[in-house]
Amino acid sequence: MEKVIEVQNLTKKFGDFTAVDHISFEVYKGEIFGFLGANGAGKTTAMRMLCGLLPPTSGKGLVAGFDIHTQSEEVKRNIGYMSQKFALYEDLKVWENIRLYGGIYGVPEDEIIKKTDELLKRLGFEKERNSFVKSLPLGWKQKLAFSVAIFHEPKIVFLDEPTGGVDPITRRKFWELIYEATDRGITIFVTTHYMDEAEYCDRVSIMVDGRIDALDTPNNLKLQYHAQNMNEVFQQLARKAKRTDA
Amino acid sequence: MSKIKIFQTRIQKFFANPQFKTFGSFVQKEFYHISRDKTSLSLLLILPVLLMILFGYSINTEVKNSRIAIYDPSNDVVTRGIIEKIKASEYFTVVRMLKSPEEIEKQFLREDLKMVIVFSDHFYENMQRTGKAQVELLTDGTDPNSAMTVVSYASNIIALYQKDLFKIQQIPFQIQPAVKLLYNPQLKGPYYFVPGILGMILMIICSMMTSISIAREKEFGTMEVLLVSPFKSMYIILSKAIPYFVLSLVNLASMLLFAVFMLKVPIAGSLFWLIMLSLLFIFLSLSLGLLISALANTQLEALLFSGMVLVIPVVMLSGMLFPIENMPHFFQWLSQIIPATWYISGVKKIMIKGLGFSSILPELGILTMMTVFLITISWKSFKYRLE
Repeated sequence: MEKVIEVQNLTKKFGDFTAVDHISFEVYKGEIFGFLGANGAGKTTAMRMLCGLLPPTSGKGLVAGFDIHTQSEEVKRNIGYMSQKFALYEDLKVWENIRLYGGIYGVPEDEIIKKTDELLKRLGFEKERNSFVKSLPLGWKQKLAFSVAIFHEPKIVFLDEPTGGVDPITRRKFWELIYEATDRGITIFVTTHYMDEAEYCDRVSIMVDGRIDALDTPNNLKLQYHAQNMNEVFQQLARKAKRTDA
Repeated sequence: MSKIKIFQTRIQKFFANPQFKTFGSFVQKEFYHISRDKTSLSLLLILPVLLMILFGYSINTEVKNSRIAIYDPSNDVVTRGIIEKIKASEYFTVVRMLKSPEEIEKQFLREDLKMVIVFSDHFYENMQRTGKAQVELLTDGTDPNSAMTVVSYASNIIALYQKDLFKIQQIPFQIQPAVKLLYNPQLKGPYYFVPGILGMILMIICSMMTSISIAREKEFGTMEVLLVSPFKSMYIILSKAIPYFVLSLVNLASMLLFAVFMLKVPIAGSLFWLIMLSLLFIFLSLSLGLLISALANTQLEALLFSGMVLVIPVVMLSGMLFPIENMPHFFQWLSQIIPATWYISGVKKIMIKGLGFSSILPELGILTMMTVFLITISWKSFKYRLE
């Protein structure tokens, strides 16, 4: 299987504090990879390194075949990113947001126009083309933000708690969009706090105190930890943590 | 390859970059942000003129240790007596005794004098013969409040001396102080506050608005998405700065037009250098805004930062409202590191005193150094913060 992310002993230190402590893992093409961990476990730092935002202290990482340390520009070109805030411009119209984000990834103008039509049609947003984003319901914004993040057909899309503050039904619908994207060969790298969502992932890693303490399919993890569901698995691992937010 | 060549190819690369087109749509986006927020936009366009109207009321203040010079061609008992009194007063510091009338104007500008006292020839002789003697008080009318105060202090000292003298000599005579204002003969208030308002508004628009608009992107999480994208952070910052640069030019024009046509404050000196000085100050304010946005993560923080660090000191310490020479030494020193102090002083020189390019060289030099310094540290802290 083709590897889209390869990480070996990736480490990030801030002074004496080791935020990410020698993590190693691989993510395969078309996979939904769940990246779990309590607050402060080092998830965000790890993800920022993978996105080429933060240079690692040591270790090696390849994302979409490019070195995250030396080729961060190429890494950035081949990934998509959606933050927990849905990061759309509220005072811009729907199509203006799409065009703007398409533009920063260098999608040609005529292609942007063509793909915008397709996208609005697929989401059923044709009537909202000229609406301001602030007038859309939260679930719609979320769908739009995700569609914008994969507009330039990246190899991998990083989703940072994409379903925060959204009700379970809307979350479920959002996951349908994620499955659609994997059908098109896009790899999903997702962090979440919702353990029901962890069940939807192909494989899940759980970070504790900067290390990856568990990495397997949800079923295998449940067997290994003699747990009914992912929540129990997570609780067992997170209880060992020495670092807490407070 | 020479430095200029390297710079040229860099510029060419900048424009040839496919990201440049995207950059265009980013600038457009910034204009949308501003133009679609009708409240802020109208405030930004009306505020400058509104402030100009508001500041029509000047504030009276006491002036101490004013720097003055004296021209005393008669050098007799009475003039020496008056000079002693003036020297003894806490209101004045006599920095120079002038040797010829030609020196008056020259020293006025060079020494930044508040007043020159000119005694007539044969002062004491005239007094004895005709019972009348003239003394001229020349002041700097660009600062009408302190000019008026300085004149009244000096007149009082002369009147007191006259009274004392009268008791001893019992001759009826009169010393007639004649007041002459240089640069702002009608003592009009607008002359005094227009440069200050210019400085304050440009600082508000450039620094405050730029830093708030960058902080907004951080707050809404859009900055994060932009940083993950291959779009260069330099373009992000530039696209932020350009609309506020344009807006500042609009405001500069509207304030100057208002000053000239409504407040009847003429632009005595070169309009070209006034604009150049303002452009320099706009660049400086933009880089200050960039520095603040590197430090602030929310719009509120940016607002507080720029309000506390920029606007209040500009109002209080730049000489806009209160004469700098009146402040305690620490604040006088502090006022020297406030960029607006230098801008306002430069604008006064060109716009009101009608002085030429060479007179604002110190202001231009200091503002340039400040700009280079600010751009360097704000760029560095911005890069550092992004990582």
